[in-house]
This record gives sequence, structure tokens and C-alpha cells, in this order.
Amino acid sequence: MKDKRLLRTLFWTFFKIGCFTFGGGYAMIPLIEREVVDTHHWVSREEILDILAVAQSLPGAIAINSSTLIGYKMAGKTGALISTLGMVLPSFLIILIIAMVFSAFQENEWVRTAFVGIRAAVVGLIVIAGYNMFKAAVKDKIGIGILVVTLFLLFLLDVHPILLLIGGAGFGILLYILFPEKGRGSR
Amino acid sequence: MIIELFSIFFKIGLFSFGGGYAMIPMIRNEIVSRGWLTAEGFANIVGIAEMTPGPIAINMATFVGFKTIGFFGSVAATLGVVMPSVLLILLISKIFFKYQSHPIKQGLFYGMRPVIVGLILSAAYFMAETSLFIVKPGEWTGNFLSQVDWVSVGIALLTVVGIRKYKLHPILLLGVGGAIRIGLKFVGV
Repeated sequence: MKDKRLLRTLFWTFFKIGCFTFGGGYAMIPLIEREVVDTHHWVSREEILDILAVAQSLPGAIAINSSTLIGYKMAGKTGALISTLGMVLPSFLIILIIAMVFSAFQENEWVRTAFVGIRAAVVGLIVIAGYNMFKAAVKDKIGIGILVVTLFLLFLLDVHPILLLIGGAGFGILLYILFPEKGRGSR
Repeated sequence: MIIELFSIFFKIGLFSFGGGYAMIPMIRNEIVSRGWLTAEGFANIVGIAEMTPGPIAINMATFVGFKTIGFFGSVAATLGVVMPSVLLILLISKIFFKYQSHPIKQGLFYGMRPVIVGLILSAAYFMAETSLFIVKPGEWTGNFLSQVDWVSVGIALLTVVGIRKYKLHPILLLGVGGAIRIGLKFVGV
């Protein structure tokens, strides 16, 4: 069965992503992009954005939600479970080990020092992800408008991300209903 | 107690929108109020969960489960926090991948994509705020430039150049970032 090979690749790809995701869901985007879009061509860059939008809109960790979605797309329910397992297992094992040697790890100066550098690199990674996603997602003036409004509401009014996503979705649907020719033109 | 732990984390997984950081206050409420961990013990766990790779939600569930019951506690808590997302996603993914070209779906994502870009940019901003300065965010005083951690800024720039120009793998660059810091400390800078 060729499915078996795909499942194995799914598992190890998400295992790898799970091993190197420092700093929460968004820090994982550059890795997902590299592995899932560039290396394996499982989804396009636009589709990654849609997957992230769904992952962020549902409850739970963004990393888990997106790995489940991508796994489902590639290999159905089994794929979803295998990908999620791959994503969860590294954290689970690492934490288990750390929990056993708890204080020694947290207080080790060399560990702390390494993490200062790792976090700095993560900033660079997220900036790149933002740039790539900007190119894939924002294709006209309306898109730029939505982005500017999002940043304004997020930083100055502290609006919850879920509300912003719902607002963006509602605006987009309205636009496609009022101007159906727009949708045909841009895609 | 194992079942209680599982159901607590199931509930947390079900009602936490917006990723792991949003879960922290919920977990603290449930765990500290039951006396399973002290507030300080919990704060330490959050620190570790942020430092180690993987989703913060998973890290915290595994850790809290281990500290309260041991190995089986960590299994129960982790399963609990993951299960709601997996079930929900399985429910909706059929619809998600089926109606690819439906105008409502197209409109929906047309409007959501720029919002996601905005969220990613804000994540970069908050990450920079905590990682590229010597002082904690909100504690900036006096001369702004003197509080920038220039080595960290250098590492961040190096990462950007490494990916854009030389197409290096992100994992390699994370390692380089850590190694630069270790190296500098080793030679005593």
C-alpha cells in the first residue's frame, strides 16, 4: 500500500516540526511552510493561510489544529490522527524528561543562554513567515485595507483575534455576494 | 483523579480559542484552586512550557499531569487537551476541503487571509519585544537604543538573510542562534 509510505512521511514531518517549534503556534509557521509547502508540496501557500485561519478560529492549539487539517487533506482520518500524533509526541517526550530533572534544566545557565539566541532567531523566522504570507494573501487594495484595519484594531484597541477573523470573514463574504464578478476575476 | 485531570484538560481544550497562551489563565484556575500545584510551581511550569519546543498547550498539559499524578497523569492531560481539537477538525475538514470554489467560501477566506497576516505580524512584534531587548517589555526607560540587545538583533537579521538569500533550513538557523550565544558566553563576552 502506498498509503503507508505517505502516512510515515506525514508522521515524521510533523514529528520534526514538533521538535523544533519554539515559542508557540506562530513560530511554527516558517517550519510548516518549508516542510509542507516547499519540500512535500502537500498544500499551496494560499491554502496554508486558509488552514491557519481555520486553525486559529477553532478552539485548541494552532499547531495541533493545522497538523490535523493537513493530515486529513493528505490521507483522511488516519492521516489526521497520524499527523497529530507526530506533532504531539516530541513535546510530550521532551517535557516528560524535563519534568524528571526539572530544576536542573531551568537553572542551567548554558541552557538559558542558548535559548536567548534561539528566541532571537525565532523573531527572524516569524518576520519571514509574515512576509511570505503577505505576498500570498494580499493581492489588491482591499486586502491591504483589511490588513491595516486588522493591525489598527489589534494594537490600538486590543480586539480579540477571533473577532477580527470573524469580521474579516463576514466582510469577505459580503464582498463576494455584492460583487460576484470580483471573485471570478481574481481567482 | 486521572479522570478528573482528563476532563479538566478536555474542557480547557474545548474552550480555549486563540492558541496556547490563552489557556494559561484557565489552567491556573483549575489546577491551583484544587491545590494540585502552588501558584509558584505553576509559574515555573509556564516558563518551561515556553522554553521547550512544541505547542505550549501540550507542554503545559504534559507537565501539569506529570507533576500531579506522574506518567499516567501526563498521558491523561495531554489526551484531554488534544482531543477536542481533533474531533472538531475531523468534523469540519470534510466541508473545508469539499467546497473549494464555492463563492461564500472564497469570500470567507478572501476576508480572513489578510487578518491572519496581521496576526502573524503582531506575533513577530511581541516576540521581538521579549527577545530583542535587554529589559522586559514595558520597562523601557531613557535611551531606547541602549536597551536593544544588539547580538539578538544580529541573530534575527542573520536568520532573515540565511533564509531569504541562502535558502538555509529554519532548524539550522535556530541552532546557529543558540550556538552564537553559547560561543559568546564561552569566550566571556
